[in-house]
Amino acid sequence: MVEAVSIVPTPALLKGETGDWELVIGLEVHAQVTSNSKLFSGAATDFGSEPNSQVSLVDAAFPGMLPVINEFCVEQAVRTGLGIEAEINLRSVFDRKNYFYPDLPAGYQISQYKQPIVGEGMVHVDLPDGSVRSVGIERLHLEQDAGKSLHDQHPKNTYVDLNRSGIALMEIVSKPDMRSGEEAGAYVRKLRTILRYLGTCDGNMEQGSLRCDVNVSVRKPGDKLGTRCEIKNVNSVRYLQQAVDYESRRQIEELEAGRPIKQETRLYDANTGTTRSMRSKEEAHDYRYFPDPDLQPLQLTADYVARIKATLPELPDAKRARLESELRIAPYQARVLVAEKESADYFEAFVAAVAKRTGKPLQDIGQDCANVVVTELFGILNKEGKPIEASPISADALASLQALKMDGTISGPTAKKVFEEMFATGKDAAAIVEEKGLKQVSDTGALEALVDKVIAENPKQVEQFRGGKETVITFFIGQIMKLSRGTANPGLLNELLKKKLQG
Amino acid sequence: MADLCDLTLAEARDGIRAKKFSSAELTRAHVDAMISARPLNAFISETPVIAKAMADESDKRIARGEARALEGLPLAIKDLFCTKGVRTTAASHILEPFVPTYESTVTSKLWADGAVMLGKANLDEFAMGSSNETSYFGPVENPWRKPGDNRARVPGGSSGGSAAAVAARFALGATGTDTGGSIRQPAAFCGIAGIKPTYGRCSRWGIVAFASSLDQAGPMARTVKDCAILLRSMSGFDPKDSTSVDMPVPDYEKALTGNIKGLKVGIPEEYRVDGMPAEIDAMWRRGADWLKAAGAIIKPVKLLLTTYALPTYYIVAPAECSSNLARYDGVRFGLRTKGDDLTGMYEGTRGEGFGREVRRRILIGTYVLSAGYYDAYYLKAQRVRALIARDFANAFNEVDVLLTPTAPSSAFARGEKSADPIAMYLNDVFTVPASLAGLPGMSVPAGLSSDGLPLGLQLIGRAYDEETVLRTAAVLEEAAQFEARPPVWWKQ
Amino acid sequence: MALDKATVTKIAHLARLRVADSEKDSLAGELSNILTFIAQLDQVDTTGVEPMTSVVAMPLPRRPDVVTDGHQQADVLKNAPESTAGFFVIPKVIE
Ligand SMILES: [Mg+2]
Ligand SMILES: [Zn+2]
Repeated sequence: MVEAVSIVPTPALLKGETGDWELVIGLEVHAQVTSNSKLFSGAATDFGSEPNSQVSLVDAAFPGMLPVINEFCVEQAVRTGLGIEAEINLRSVFDRKNYFYPDLPAGYQISQYKQPIVGEGMVHVDLPDGSVRSVGIERLHLEQDAGKSLHDQHPKNTYVDLNRSGIALMEIVSKPDMRSGEEAGAYVRKLRTILRYLGTCDGNMEQGSLRCDVNVSVRKPGDKLGTRCEIKNVNSVRYLQQAVDYESRRQIEELEAGRPIKQETRLYDANTGTTRSMRSKEEAHDYRYFPDPDLQPLQLTADYVARIKATLPELPDAKRARLESELRIAPYQARVLVAEKESADYFEAFVAAVAKRTGKPLQDIGQDCANVVVTELFGILNKEGKPIEASPISADALASLQALKMDGTISGPTAKKVFEEMFATGKDAAAIVEEKGLKQVSDTGALEALVDKVIAENPKQVEQFRGGKETVITFFIGQIMKLSRGTANPGLLNELLKKKLQG
Repeated sequence: MADLCDLTLAEARDGIRAKKFSSAELTRAHVDAMISARPLNAFISETPVIAKAMADESDKRIARGEARALEGLPLAIKDLFCTKGVRTTAASHILEPFVPTYESTVTSKLWADGAVMLGKANLDEFAMGSSNETSYFGPVENPWRKPGDNRARVPGGSSGGSAAAVAARFALGATGTDTGGSIRQPAAFCGIAGIKPTYGRCSRWGIVAFASSLDQAGPMARTVKDCAILLRSMSGFDPKDSTSVDMPVPDYEKALTGNIKGLKVGIPEEYRVDGMPAEIDAMWRRGADWLKAAGAIIKPVKLLLTTYALPTYYIVAPAECSSNLARYDGVRFGLRTKGDDLTGMYEGTRGEGFGREVRRRILIGTYVLSAGYYDAYYLKAQRVRALIARDFANAFNEVDVLLTPTAPSSAFARGEKSADPIAMYLNDVFTVPASLAGLPGMSVPAGLSSDGLPLGLQLIGRAYDEETVLRTAAVLEEAAQFEARPPVWWKQ
Repeated sequence: MALDKATVTKIAHLARLRVADSEKDSLAGELSNILTFIAQLDQVDTTGVEPMTSVVAMPLPRRPDVVTDGHQQADVLKNAPESTAGFFVIPKVIE
């Protein structure tokens, strides 16, 4: 667990005609729970199926249908709550949130209003300048997802698909603790990382497994909170930052023109990068929440929570701290390594395999291994636009290359070449080294023969050396490396050359 | 052979097993009676073809010696229970075209025990009413008439079609549902027995919801024993209903020992409400005397919040109904009226599809839940409800069962109260408190009023103690010797 | 507790119920009577009383995370007033 660094962020002020403005942002993140079946029905949750094929009569709210809760979704919510250092409420209540919309079949959403399953918590957000900032979590509650309305399939009609209807969501509500689009983006990225570490949400924003509603308001520094607008449909971190930038500018312009901000729901349009008022949400909402009489309150025991806590994986903050302290990895690389669960898993498997092959303690090999993964592997993966899961070099294969380098079988420059070959062909390091004869030549006899040959063929350069121009030694090294196709052990070669040239 | 329709359900069961008659014969007799009783308007859908097929299947079973608990016995099913392939309307225009692709748990259990479906019985629209006058398919008429007065009388509600079908002897028994008295009050008005078991005894899965925290299915039949037989088949844990209770179902028929010696029977004085007819009070006292004569100990008990039960109910039930009925929006099933846009479609469909009483309750429910009113109404009502439940719990520390009248009047004339919702609501004054507390309650025919109409007495028991309720009810029934029958005016 | 015509209009819209204008006055009257009737509860002292959320004495049952339902597109759409290509069809919604 990382100590909270600061809760009150330093405001990044925005310039307006009338002076500086401070931006205040809070986020509601809807995270689809990773589960096989829905929150209150036994229908599947797979993405992209035939319309209305994953619908139980419960999800379509047929007369007489009743909800029965999925125990795994409850567990996932508790797990997530523990992962964001939050209070778990041993008694929570499911309420009905009543409103009419065609993708909400019952005319109400089963949600949690006054007594959510998870209370206040904290997420430590990593900012680009390397600092860490803590964003407060107001609550996390379980609720049902809605179906999907397709508005663009037909000129006069809307089509409704209920496959998504009833999938479990965790709504994670932050406090208004963020002060820039960048911070909001970093918060979402970090939250997503935590969810993925926990395995409670796959975090796929394109498929809508993770969705953000952003509350934006502006104020003069030191003033009380301004009127906020809620922006919906923000489905990437980049859009989030764009939406915040656009919306804050809009609000400042409105206020500076003397027009008060109207509290409303706005829709982000990714095509134009703008936000606009949502007509369908124009009227004031009155959700008429009340406890769902079909479901008794959910009671958990402290023991149940403790059992889940005992199974929590190491989370990114803790992992990063351990990489820095135990593996002596520099903060920058540690941070890059833990940002994605898959990267961290890869790295940890890699470093463990290297330690096993070389018998060296982790603290001695950590930084070098980190360099290989962050610089070499991530570099080439980024260039090719591949995720770590698609790496043609497995952690174990990379470890065998690293071990060859560390025990002197191949030189550093050779290792780089072998790495590229491995990436391109998927072959293993030993085979490439063998096939191409890339073993470092550390045999004094063999090297001596090469040195003698080159000295004999280049009398002019020998002259220069002996005349005091010692830098000409690089010429000899180059020649010998060329002849040995880079396999000459550079240390040994240097030693030999000096001896013979001076000789 | 005596008229097969005069048999009780238990007699018919025993007769079939003894092969005195077949289910086909029994069912045909009831189908014929059902058709000749159409003037009562007790059914929304008759299912004679299904009845015949089920009866034939039963006869095959009986021939193989595989008779089940309700083998071959024709029943009326309240049209609030979803029946697979058979239109289910909840007596509402909005569900007029609805044919479920699924079968309610309770009816599934009845069919699994061999029962035969005669048809879908009429009711108040969405079970909202106490007179069966709010059905989109027209009112049900009570088979009973006041001697010398041919005006139609209401059968009570909401399970009025079920009660009428059983009272007029064209169903051996029927399913009902009871939210605030909808089994007990029509049973009393029609001179039959009916039990609302403890909330959670019968699964609500597949029953069109009215007020979820109150709705409970139960049987209606001409004798307590028949109710006991049916209740056993209808009850039981259902993993599809989170409020269904996971407890073994007793053999209720065995509970009818006739022995109530030493049983403590409570008389809640608060049920002696203003304006209660003297003859109902007299009937109540007579009932207590009968139980006393059978060896019970009669004790006065206090249920101080009784008068607040109705106002509590008329907050809780409409609130829940306003939400439960939101799904009838013209999108996935039922009626749809054309609209210029989505809101137009919603408002038109719902405005046209729901009748006046249903709309009234949706509006009240919407209002009491709306911003600024929730605490004052809904939350307040749920607190009073907790106090009402506590009152009962205290009473049951002192007594085993409570005896009260079922309704404050006998069956009234059609149209007499339909103009005044509050007057109509007052019908449920004695049945609603047990509903709020989730307790089992049963109405037993106890005699006739001075104008020749049936009157019922109610027994209320501890949670999950239907056995004591049924046992006591059978003793009352035995003492009352209620043998009066409605005049058969409907057969031309 | 009197409820006026404007309030009837407002809650009728919240409940998506079309109520004819001619009906509103009489409805307001009926609803007001009901509200007066239920206002009796004000006489009950409920200080410190927990509101009743459920009469069921059993804890909330939980089911295992297993796919047991779905794959019934035809049944789901069977009662639909209008459907096409596996979708429910409704008048166009403008966001
Ligand atoms: Mg929200
Ligand atoms: Zn939400």
